[in-house]
Amino acid sequence: MPAAAPKAMHRLIDEVGPVDAVGIEERVAKYTSRSIKKAAKVWGLKAAVSMVDLTTLEGKDTPGKIASLCRKALRPSDDPGVPSVAAVCVYSSMVRHAKAHVADSNVKVASVATAFPSGQTPLRIRLAEVRAAVADGADEIDMVINRGAFLAGEFNEVRDEIAAVVAACGDAALKVILEVSELETYDAIRAASFLALRTIREGDFIKTSTGKTPLNATLGNNQVMLEAIRDFYLDTGVAVGMKPAGGIRTAKQALQFLIAVKETLGDAWLTNERYRFGASALLNDLLRQLERERTGAYQAPYYFSDAADSY
Amino acid sequence: MPTLAPEKKTRSGRNGRPLPELIFGDLWPYDPAPESADPKLKPRYDLFINGEFTAPRGGRYFDTINPATEQKLAEIALAGTADVDAAYQAAHRAAAGPWGRMPGRERGKYLFRIARLLQDRAREFAVAETMNGGKPIKESRDFDVPMSAAHFFYHAGWADKLEYVAPGRRVAPLGVVGQVIPWNFPLLMMAWKIAPALAMGNTVVLKPAETTSITALKLAEIFQDAGLPPGVVNLVTGAGEAGAAVMAHPLAAKVAFTGSTEVGKIIMRSLAGTDKKMTMELGGKAANIIFDDAPIDQAVEGVVNGIFFNQGHVCCAGSRLLVHEPVAAAVVAKLRQRLRVLRVGDPLDKNTDVGAINSQAQLDKIRGLVEVGVREGAELYQAPCRLPSKGFFFRPTLLTGVTQSHRVAREEIFGPVLSILTFRTVDEAVEKANNTAYGLSAGVWTDKGSRILKMAAELKAGVVWANTFNKFDPASPFGGYKESGFGREGGRQGLLDYAKLI
Repeated sequence: MPAAAPKAMHRLIDEVGPVDAVGIEERVAKYTSRSIKKAAKVWGLKAAVSMVDLTTLEGKDTPGKIASLCRKALRPSDDPGVPSVAAVCVYSSMVRHAKAHVADSNVKVASVATAFPSGQTPLRIRLAEVRAAVADGADEIDMVINRGAFLAGEFNEVRDEIAAVVAACGDAALKVILEVSELETYDAIRAASFLALRTIREGDFIKTSTGKTPLNATLGNNQVMLEAIRDFYLDTGVAVGMKPAGGIRTAKQALQFLIAVKETLGDAWLTNERYRFGASALLNDLLRQLERERTGAYQAPYYFSDAADSY
Repeated sequence: MPTLAPEKKTRSGRNGRPLPELIFGDLWPYDPAPESADPKLKPRYDLFINGEFTAPRGGRYFDTINPATEQKLAEIALAGTADVDAAYQAAHRAAAGPWGRMPGRERGKYLFRIARLLQDRAREFAVAETMNGGKPIKESRDFDVPMSAAHFFYHAGWADKLEYVAPGRRVAPLGVVGQVIPWNFPLLMMAWKIAPALAMGNTVVLKPAETTSITALKLAEIFQDAGLPPGVVNLVTGAGEAGAAVMAHPLAAKVAFTGSTEVGKIIMRSLAGTDKKMTMELGGKAANIIFDDAPIDQAVEGVVNGIFFNQGHVCCAGSRLLVHEPVAAAVVAKLRQRLRVLRVGDPLDKNTDVGAINSQAQLDKIRGLVEVGVREGAELYQAPCRLPSKGFFFRPTLLTGVTQSHRVAREEIFGPVLSILTFRTVDEAVEKANNTAYGLSAGVWTDKGSRILKMAAELKAGVVWANTFNKFDPASPFGGYKESGFGREGGRQGLLDYAKLI
């Protein structure tokens, strides 16, 4: 490891400011004690539906599975008052299949690329994958940062790679996955957030994780990243979006994340242009809670499509 | 009263564009979420003397109100000196009789029982505490009631281990203890006072604050349910006259007072020359010190917690913010943003962050001091929240540009008002923090561990919190330096303040 690495990390943390872990946990504990009822709950649940990046990232994905996912994304519920989700999120080889189903709708196609989830291929391969996904019709690219380089203190390398992906994206929006569980500390998450924020464009996103590691989105790392987005926005005027991904399975969790958004970044981020949930099982729990609000009773899982393994 | 400070609209950023702003509007308003548990209030509360609810000899009652609605909740007995004397006689009999002679392990059982019964009725007590005192339900539910139970549990654990509390010495109870408590944490202050006194084998005559007697009297119901022997705890409710009688009674072996420094001094003067032991937990004007290397967002959160917790009605509230000059502008900007999302209003709503001021008198005092601050040149910022039309409410308030000679930097405001000062060096921070007649608490925010240790040693305050604020534990002694009082509550030290060493 280069001798400069620890110094580089300290310099970056000095520059963007440290994070106190105990303080963050205390702040987010206040979100979990909020009580969201009635109209506020319905609004929050529908907003959460509209922010879902409905995701399938499996080795066994097929065009058939993608077709099923896209139908669910377009029409999550029989209730016409429930919006469609924000996007479907698939591997790059599935982009053209997904695009065929959602091309005429608001639902976007997001593709994970850059050798997701590890990112451990030569840069030219990762960039080629991004370009291929965009050429197949991806509206959004979810990239992973080079965590190895980040932890070794090679921040210029991390930043240059993000910049190269931005260029390869063209008009497609970019979501930069920090993979927070591999960065481990809130200090590192804040520092990595700033590396990304300084490189990407208005309308791009930073994202917590791939969903492929044991610890994914938590209220704590969501808060650290929201605060980085806020500080960067107030400093530069560039508004970047946020996407927690992995581990958000219940409507209750989703509402707590939205409360964090409302109280940290304010109303302008309560839209799927600036906030997303990377999730799959979450969608049916949101629908189940909406039905509960509408009818006063919980419905059996088989009333919801694609709910077989959700409960 | 001072009005909302006008926002400066003239700020502009690069290329002459207005600086980016966050919008905290009404896109997603929270619906009301009132706590619905029944507080089980009685229309009229008598005195609690010798294990019975007893009408006051003078036959007089006064109204207690809900400060959030200004509506009457119940009538409370007005104790006179004859009632106080009856309470002391009962306490004296219990101290000389069953309670004083009871083995510690038996006393402990009563304390455990009280703690458990309080837990059983936690929601009911939380609602009663919020209705009578004005504090947000989330605080009474998550802090006051559980912490009160924790104090009874902690001291119950000591009751059978008293031979180890002072190594090499034996301990004995003092006898009858007179206690007067304030209105900011009515139930919790009662637990702080009663639990160690009883664990040690003393008996108690206690006067709750005039505006907040209800939860004390509800706790007396629990004493009855727990089978606590008559006379062990006696409650006399009323005004200053009853309080003075409790403090001055010849049967009191010790008096314990929590309240303002002004009243504490009167009590100390009146007791000069007697052989009564005393502990005083008085006012504070705590400094919360933010250094330039601190985690700013968490420091801001801690400062908000430090001054707006319980509407700032906290003797150890971090009411003076000392900010290192390099980060002063950033800290103030973040504080203003944080204030914009504080929810002020109905204390019974589970989403309320800041509730009602305890009384009209306290509201007038806060308004008066803030006016003085503005007149003396401090700049005012108040959270732009909507306040309820009824009840005693005050906007969370920041005063910037405050200096050591401002009254708002020297006097305890006891409200949701933060006075912000700046400093340049570590020595200056220590000097300013200690430049006060008080010394109850202080906070230090820095990423540098060695600086925390240095500050903790040099700040003259009973508790110094590092990178946190307002943390309490029954095992941790709490008390003041200088005019913040003497004696400790909590922990082994607090227990010893209720003991005779033999």
